[in-house]
Amino acid sequence: MIMQNKQNEKKASQWWYILLIFPFIAMLWPSSYSIAEPTLAGMPFFYWYQMLWVIISAALTAVVYFATKRK
Amino acid sequence: MNINWTAFIVFLLFFLLVTVIGFYSARWRQGNLELLDEWGLGGRRFGTLITWFLLGGDLYTAYTFIAVPASMYGKGAIGFFAVPYTIIIYPFVFIVMPRLWSVAKKHGYITAADFVKGRFGSNSLALAVAVTGILATMPYIALQLVGMQSVLDAMGFTGTGFMHDLPLIIAFLVLAIYTFNSGLRAPAAIAIVKDLMIYITVIAAVIYIPYKLGGFGPIFDAAAVKHKEAVILGPKAYAPYATLALGSALALFLYPHSLIGIFSSSSRNVIKRNSALLPAYSFVLGIIALLGFMAIAAGITTKDGNAAIPELFLKMFPSWFAGFGFAAIGVGALVPAAIMSIAAANLFSRNIYKVFINKNATETQESKVAKWFSLIVKVGALLFIFLMNKQDAINLQLLGGIWILQTLPAVVVGLYTRWLNRWAMVIGWLIGMVYGTFMAVSTSYGNQYKLPFGLSGASTVYSGLYALVLNFILAIILTFIFRAIGIGNGKDETQPQDYHFDVAEDQSNTHSIGNSRHV
Repeated sequence: MIMQNKQNEKKASQWWYILLIFPFIAMLWPSSYSIAEPTLAGMPFFYWYQMLWVIISAALTAVVYFATKRK
Repeated sequence: MNINWTAFIVFLLFFLLVTVIGFYSARWRQGNLELLDEWGLGGRRFGTLITWFLLGGDLYTAYTFIAVPASMYGKGAIGFFAVPYTIIIYPFVFIVMPRLWSVAKKHGYITAADFVKGRFGSNSLALAVAVTGILATMPYIALQLVGMQSVLDAMGFTGTGFMHDLPLIIAFLVLAIYTFNSGLRAPAAIAIVKDLMIYITVIAAVIYIPYKLGGFGPIFDAAAVKHKEAVILGPKAYAPYATLALGSALALFLYPHSLIGIFSSSSRNVIKRNSALLPAYSFVLGIIALLGFMAIAAGITTKDGNAAIPELFLKMFPSWFAGFGFAAIGVGALVPAAIMSIAAANLFSRNIYKVFINKNATETQESKVAKWFSLIVKVGALLFIFLMNKQDAINLQLLGGIWILQTLPAVVVGLYTRWLNRWAMVIGWLIGMVYGTFMAVSTSYGNQYKLPFGLSGASTVYSGLYALVLNFILAIILTFIFRAIGIGNGKDETQPQDYHFDVAEDQSNTHSIGNSRHV
């Protein structure tokens, strides 16, 4: 019974890994972000958007790490 | 020669500092350096923080810091592919690399070729992986010298002849000796200094230079004047941009010098945590890329893109701080050069020397051979730079990226399944290597190639990725054929649970460097 709970828990936690697909989709689709407007502090969208994704991607990775950590 | 003494003295001081650290690091968490595990992997004891510095110092090399902004300076937006590249790398590492760590820890693997040999029972496939690793690494080391040369040039060591080459020779010989002496501990310790210096330089640059140039608006305006529409990607550049990012990301953790950071980690969680923490360097890299545009706005005009950033520093910063920035880049060349030479040495000693030259080598002999090979590799890189030209090193490094990608089916796919046949992978690898080289050479060392049957339309894709797909498809088809005629794989010494093997974390040992007496 306990074993099975553990198994289920492990299976459920695997779903978190789906979050890690988003950086790939976002970054490997340049036509979605290769535009100049809106600018941020003079920086075209193309540049600040990708810089923003550095942070988003790191945050997603951290979320998956904590969510799937073995207790 | 017209040497900028202020900058040079600051440079020299930091160089001396890291030299002392390099030699003392042998005593850091002392281990028996007669063992390859200790010399070549630092005893597999690096915790989250040290691994962060080590990999940060290793992956984001001096050449990166020179070449990425040089590409922005010379070509515009396409050079920014380094940012999506270093974004998608980490989810990939998070998912894949803990498996490699586990199986390596369980079976004492030191290199990717060790794993391939254990998994597929094939000396030939392991040899292919080892040789590719060494070949791809050599020009990469030479490029670190190019990076260092560009800051030495900026400080006034221009011209030709022995006096011009002398600083580089000294720097590399010193590096070679303390790497020989201390193994992976040396670059790990130096990386801490290097990375802190890089962060300081970049933070200063991103605040001070835009402030002097009137903000990011004028910087991008100036870039737009030079690059016209290339300041944002055009539709024709979408496929090259995305495939370069993906291909480079898949390639990075096949390089021996990146894998060494995985093998030397103390636990699976160290790798996972670093996947969330290493993007800090990617953010810095993004800023450094933008320095290329800042150089344009600051009115730097140079034919050699590699000179753009050093010249920008000299123009915008006082000499002493420019010297500090140059030292950051110079030390930034030493760390990866050391790690790369150690990684190549591990491959040579473990997968060539021990398998083909001296089958009964003792552990001490194995470590000794690795030490000497690391020395030979560095001297080789030095000779390479002096005997051939810089462009050859850049071209070969481009080829190296294409080559190393061809080991992906064996190393990465192999972590999940041993379905692929060993000989099918050897043949796939060979065809990928040959066709990849052909594509690069036939486009005079461009990294782009048109897909067959008009699949890529008017656009092109990264030739390394193209070669990999070809290699992979071929390996799959041949696996079916070989199975049908009864050619199987060798013995698999790994068990499914080995890929999840973990050790209890010893927090006090892995987390801080405070318990070390010497560093």
